[in-house]
Amino acid sequence: MEEQDIAVSVRNLSFFYGATQVLFDNSLDIRRNRVTAFIGPSGCGKSTHIRCYNRMFSLYKGQRATGEIIIDGANVLDPSTCELELRRRVGMIFQKPTPFPMSLFDNIAYGLRIQGIKNRSEIEARVERALRGAALWDEVRDALHKPGTALSGGQQQRLCIARAIAVEPELILMDEPCSALDPIATARVEELIEELKGRYTIVIVTHNMQQAARVSDYTAFMYMGRLVEFGATADIFTNPAKKETEDYITGRFG
Amino acid sequence: MKNELEKGMEALKAQLLLLGTEVEQNLIKASRAFAAADPVLAAGIKEHDREIDRLEISVEEECLRLMALYQPVAGDLRFLVTVLKINNDLERIGDLAAKIADKVILISREPAGGQDRVREAARWLDAMFSRTISMVHDSLDAFVDEDSDLAYRICLEDDEVDREKGVIRSEIEAVLADNPGDHRFLAKLLGASRCLERIADHATNICEDIIYMLQGRIVRHSLGIPEREEEQAPDDSNPA
Repeated sequence: MEEQDIAVSVRNLSFFYGATQVLFDNSLDIRRNRVTAFIGPSGCGKSTHIRCYNRMFSLYKGQRATGEIIIDGANVLDPSTCELELRRRVGMIFQKPTPFPMSLFDNIAYGLRIQGIKNRSEIEARVERALRGAALWDEVRDALHKPGTALSGGQQQRLCIARAIAVEPELILMDEPCSALDPIATARVEELIEELKGRYTIVIVTHNMQQAARVSDYTAFMYMGRLVEFGATADIFTNPAKKETEDYITGRFG
Repeated sequence: MKNELEKGMEALKAQLLLLGTEVEQNLIKASRAFAAADPVLAAGIKEHDREIDRLEISVEEECLRLMALYQPVAGDLRFLVTVLKINNDLERIGDLAAKIADKVILISREPAGGQDRVREAARWLDAMFSRTISMVHDSLDAFVDEDSDLAYRICLEDDEVDREKGVIRSEIEAVLADNPGDHRFLAKLLGASRCLERIADHATNICEDIIYMLQGRIVRHSLGIPEREEEQAPDDSNPA
């Protein structure tokens, strides 16, 4: 892979909850404008791994990461990294939709205002663009003043995606974004992922192997804090190199 | 403990082997019927081919059911795709055995005086029959034992069958020049040899698919295993 094709370069990433080590020397390159999926059994460290990319862990005491995560030439684990700016560049979508307790419009405008944008018409334009980008505009254009929590679960998740893309991140992390959604809402979000990948680099954690196969270009299989196998999704799902990967994706684990 | 997909695949494997055994038996009967110009045995082969067709359909349905219900991946996916393809090749081998049986029935109607010459000439095909029967048999062994070395060796035998068919063709042409009156019988003999050649091609396909199933590599068109040309020429086995 050429250097300009790499959005995130992870080198020897290890992670500790207090004295307990849960990630062991993870190294991989996340390709720009592609979808990379992390799969593995519960507790394997996949969520912990991607939460290092925007230093989500630093909100909690006693958690620490070692190694390097290079985004745009800088190691985000370096203490000098501005976390507010990092989290703008690296957006995150969670398992349960997390709309703020405010109107639809303000849910998206909030991040823009924090960025210092005050011009009302610019905010309006970017809210609309974000909602269009998240394939939600047509459904909510006449209800922008309604509370974000009034939407259905699938719409709320797309609202969160709109909120993330409004601040124009480089990378979007999705931690099981569809596990609380029904199949139709899941299909919408998956279509959206496909559309977004032209403009953003997407990293998704999923328990649903078929989802990983459907939406991702690359798949990383993790087990007990180690990166067991990483490669093109089509290869992983037809002819995995490692027996542990084969056993996991075919449901023969353990 | 085995999951439902594993149980289903095990049952499917047994079903495919049953089909394989039936096809192999029909092919062995075809060789006997051909050597003896025995129309009764030949009629039995054609009858039994209907059962083979039914088995083929049920293997295919079971494959589709497992794919739809379990969305198999990796080794499971390769197994099911391979079973689908082998199933198709076995059914075609069955059809070719039935086609040989058709020729036996026509040959048996040759005038009585010619029957001895017919039986004599039919022996030319003995070696080809036994080689193709063993290729079919061994390809099923390679599938059961997951033996890719054996599968490779069978692929190489296909060249030998092609060579034998070439020899038989030359012999038939030579005999035809001296005995033009035998043309109808000789054409059927040539047609039977072409059936055997195609059976060997199907056995080779089966082995290539087994190698894919075991190794995840598609070996057709490469690795020194020549892709056989599909028979595009008009069938010379059905003279007017």
